Amino acid sequence: MPLSAYLIVSSILFGIAVAGMVINRKNLILLLMCIELMLLAVNTNFIAFSHFLGNLQGQIFVFFILTVAAAEAAIGLAILMVFFRNKHTISVQEMNSLKG
Amino acid sequence: MLSTVLQQIVFYFFAASLVFSAAMVVLSRNPVTSALFLVYSFFNSAILWMLLNAEFLSLVLIFVYVGAVMTLFLFVVMMLNIDIETLRKGFVRYLPFGLVAVALVVGLMITAIWPANFGALPNPQAAADYSNTGALGALLYTHYVYAFELAAMLLLVAIVAAISLSQHGKPQRKTQNISKQIDVDPKDRVHLVNMLSEKKQ
Repeated sequence: MPLSAYLIVSSILFGIAVAGMVINRKNLILLLMCIELMLLAVNTNFIAFSHFLGNLQGQIFVFFILTVAAAEAAIGLAILMVFFRNKHTISVQEMNSLKG
Repeated sequence: MLSTVLQQIVFYFFAASLVFSAAMVVLSRNPVTSALFLVYSFFNSAILWMLLNAEFLSLVLIFVYVGAVMTLFLFVVMMLNIDIETLRKGFVRYLPFGLVAVALVVGLMITAIWPANFGALPNPQAAADYSNTGALGALLYTHYVYAFELAAMLLLVAIVAAISLSQHGKPQRKTQNISKQIDVDPKDRVHLVNMLSEKKQ
């Protein structure tokens, strides 16, 4: 398969994730899942370029992206739990306590 | 090594499956269904990464993401008692806008990365004794060892942050009360009792 095939797949994946963020903009869990999909698309791009250019540094970068994404998911879900405990909803519109 | 035709069949099948499952993540009604479709899309893209000779990372994607991160997602989704209907109120209203935006962005990206621009690179064939894990480790533990240690520290910080955020209620552990310790009077702690010694009879 040529490089552009992988790039097209990952750009479609990224577009679906952006569309999901637009149409599910109230549900915080869906927003986190869309971020995971975006990172998946970006990682696929990195690995495709790394394979076709014969340069392993792209895969090293994917390794670190996976680490940071795991940390981000854990902390994001913990914040989500605290938010739900205080407000009994996960709607993004209810996130206005810091407005004063 | 897979033959070219077989490789194309595997690629098209799993790419289509990946796009379908990603669309179902966005469109499904129930968050649990979305999480399960996200797991499915991780499996599909792990197979695409396998086609790109990134065996280590595709297995890491399955073990770390499907095994740990998505399990965490499913636990949180099932623990929260979410009222889905109010969350989906604006769904239909934003749907056309979202579709137009995504069509524009994806159309722009696809015209930029059309095979005329990016298709010329030959698909490199790995040697028969090529070890992706070995090559990755040789690079990771030499050039990138400092970044590797930093990633480990980042995970430690994430553990501490997640635990301290999600812990609530009265702490069950023994803690110091420093002002009480400073306020304490020696008379409260030690009683000196005068007692006559007794003779052995």
